[in-house]
Amino acid sequence: MTEASNIIDQVVSQEYQYGFSTAIEMETAPIGLSEDIVRFISAKKNEPEWMLNYRLKAYKHWLTMEEPNWQNFNYPPIDFQNIIYYAAPKEKKKLNSLDEVDPELLKTFEKLGISLTEQKRLTGVAVDAVFDSVSIATTFKDQLKEKGVIFCSMSEAVHEHPELVKQYLGSVVPYTDNYFAALNAAVFSDGSFVYIPKGVRCPMELSTYFRINAENTGQFERTLIIADDHSYVSYLEGCTAPMRDENQLHAAVVELVAHTHAEIKYSTVQNWYPGDKDGKGGIYNFVTKRGTCEGDYAKISWTQVETGSAITWKYPSCVLKGNHSNGEFFSVAVTNNAQLADTGTKMIHLGSHTKSRIVSKGISAGKSHNTYRGLVKVAAKATDARNYTQCDSMLIGDRSGAHTFPYIEVANSSAVVEHEASTSKIGEDQIFYCNQRGIGTEEAIGLIVNGFCKEVLNQLPMEFAVEAQKLLAVSLEGSVG
Amino acid sequence: MLSIENLHAGIEGKNILNGINLNIRPGEVHAIMGPNGAGKSTLSSVLAGKNEYTVSQGSVYFDGKDLLEMSPEDRAREGLFLAFQYPVEIPGVSNTNFLKTAVNEQRKYRGLPPMEATDFLKFMREKMDFVEMDKSLTSRSLNEGFSGGEKKRNEIFQMAMLAPKLAILDETDSGLDIDALRLVSNGVNKLRSKENAFVVITHYQRLLDYIVPDFVHVLYKGRIVKSGTAELAKELEQKGYDWIKAELETQNA
Ligand SMILES: Nc1ncnc2c1ncn2[C@@H]1O[C@H](COP(=O)(O)OP(=O)(O)OP(=O)(O)O)[C@@H](O)[C@H]1O
Ligand SMILES: [Mg+2]
Repeated sequence: MTEASNIIDQVVSQEYQYGFSTAIEMETAPIGLSEDIVRFISAKKNEPEWMLNYRLKAYKHWLTMEEPNWQNFNYPPIDFQNIIYYAAPKEKKKLNSLDEVDPELLKTFEKLGISLTEQKRLTGVAVDAVFDSVSIATTFKDQLKEKGVIFCSMSEAVHEHPELVKQYLGSVVPYTDNYFAALNAAVFSDGSFVYIPKGVRCPMELSTYFRINAENTGQFERTLIIADDHSYVSYLEGCTAPMRDENQLHAAVVELVAHTHAEIKYSTVQNWYPGDKDGKGGIYNFVTKRGTCEGDYAKISWTQVETGSAITWKYPSCVLKGNHSNGEFFSVAVTNNAQLADTGTKMIHLGSHTKSRIVSKGISAGKSHNTYRGLVKVAAKATDARNYTQCDSMLIGDRSGAHTFPYIEVANSSAVVEHEASTSKIGEDQIFYCNQRGIGTEEAIGLIVNGFCKEVLNQLPMEFAVEAQKLLAVSLEGSVG
Repeated sequence: MLSIENLHAGIEGKNILNGINLNIRPGEVHAIMGPNGAGKSTLSSVLAGKNEYTVSQGSVYFDGKDLLEMSPEDRAREGLFLAFQYPVEIPGVSNTNFLKTAVNEQRKYRGLPPMEATDFLKFMREKMDFVEMDKSLTSRSLNEGFSGGEKKRNEIFQMAMLAPKLAILDETDSGLDIDALRLVSNGVNKLRSKENAFVVITHYQRLLDYIVPDFVHVLYKGRIVKSGTAELAKELEQKGYDWIKAELETQNA
């Protein structure tokens, strides 16, 4: 048996591939957080008065709040005065085209497998690349413009589309929502902004790639996606960070608004640095993601593949306001070594005939802990609401843990809420069976885990499904035990 | 092809195999019989390399190579196949995908390129006909929800796909209906050649009517206590194991 654990250990201990950092001249805010820092960030971005005021209100509110402590794990206290809230590559002058972007930056994204240069871009995917605090480049802007699709950095949107930003920013996740959302509203640096006009089916996948590079920096990006009536968009977010010994904070906010008959598909492949085998370093991933189905028949679908971060704490949620609106959550969360993940979703049924579906697959290896926490809430006026939840956990080795906390609050008796859960262990027998057919142990784990997650991986756009499969195999390398 | 000498093995400090000697040459079929708990499945697990078992003494050579030094996957890639007494289920992994991975991993070991998808499917169809496997079983998850007989048939199908040098069939006949028994046996007979060999573990003479063995061995308390030809199996069928046990006791007395 101990020998078996050795194999699992070897398989889970593969190195993080994206741990390099880029040597580039940076402009940073002084360390720590104060009203001055908020003003500094706003000034750096040349923001209009209304934006600054919004930030200041959020900051003042944040000061009155306390850090939450209800999650199923402990982490060392975060010293909010020991974080740099703004870091940007030093620009010599205003950039007019990609050719003027620092070649070091282009190289960094190249190394991450994301090409921003015209010739080599992923075909059919428009990319917005965010490096530390600022957006570096958004590709395919012109083609999108023809269709009336707006896809740009948040800072740009504040200047070019102030009406839309004013109307929607904070409409789904107000700064009063939670501690990290308030912090984000005060200091957010950049992120992506998407607007799909009425009746438009966005002609390509939109994608944002986040990279934390600078030391001691927090990343607080803000994403806002609005799909107007009868429109459709599929959006993908990817992220990595260098290996550093100290923990870094990532506190993003993502807001989605789907109007009547609109559909937003939001996929995340999260691969932040998870820390080393003993749990040193890694990203704290405290993210608020929420979408509102404003109109009737609107649909929001979250798909996430979470493999990175030291601590992940996120609950992409759907507020189903429109009648017949539909929320989906498909999740794969993999934890290994000392990682902690507490993730799940909230489905808030407000409209009648609203539907939601939750499929969560948690895989824990090493001595990690993986928690599913989900809330299904059916309001009194939501007649004929339906929810189906399926929560499956898989344990690799015998030192890891899986926990499931489903919360159900139903105030309308016509609701049908179903919950199914299972826990399984990758059996030595399964691995041995694969071995006996000539399949090595790492391959076998990859095969078994991908089989376990198939339902969720099938939701991802093709290009990313392949990526995600590889990522699952890599993040579990050295995990058999 | 396979030579086992004085093999002692056990699990968690308990001795199960107490000095097995067995020689298998290419082209031969050996049947191993013996009462429940004698150590038949243990022997096949040890040969396949299941790491829960510890070998305390003895040696096993497979085609001149030290088998006990090899990882289980390398043993398979060298051409050792075990049809499990209890095949495991792997949810979400289709039979096809599983076999494609296995076939290509084995090809890689032999320095061959992966099989083209269309060639693979053609190859698979051929072998399916071989054991009259139902097509729907290949797209389903590996062994998940398969009936006992379907699982056993799937083992033989996999064996046909992987074309091993030495195949050990651990009670593949148990759980098969009469027709399936004939199909599976025919499959094995068709695969028999001068180059490969089979070890057939069974409790019943009936299987050996179809797959006629060159040698029959009786395993008892972790040792091969009697060896003979196909006639021995018939004798066992009639008389059971008591006379062998009695023989042993008089020898020991
Ligand atoms: N994991 C284990 N832990 C403890 N004892 C074991 C283990 N595996 C096998 N044994 C014991 O070893 C002995 C031999 O078992 P084995 O499965 O090899 O028998 P067998 O000859 O295949 O029997 P059958 O005809 O019933 O299949 C049995 O007494 C069994 O209980
Ligand atoms: Mg047995």
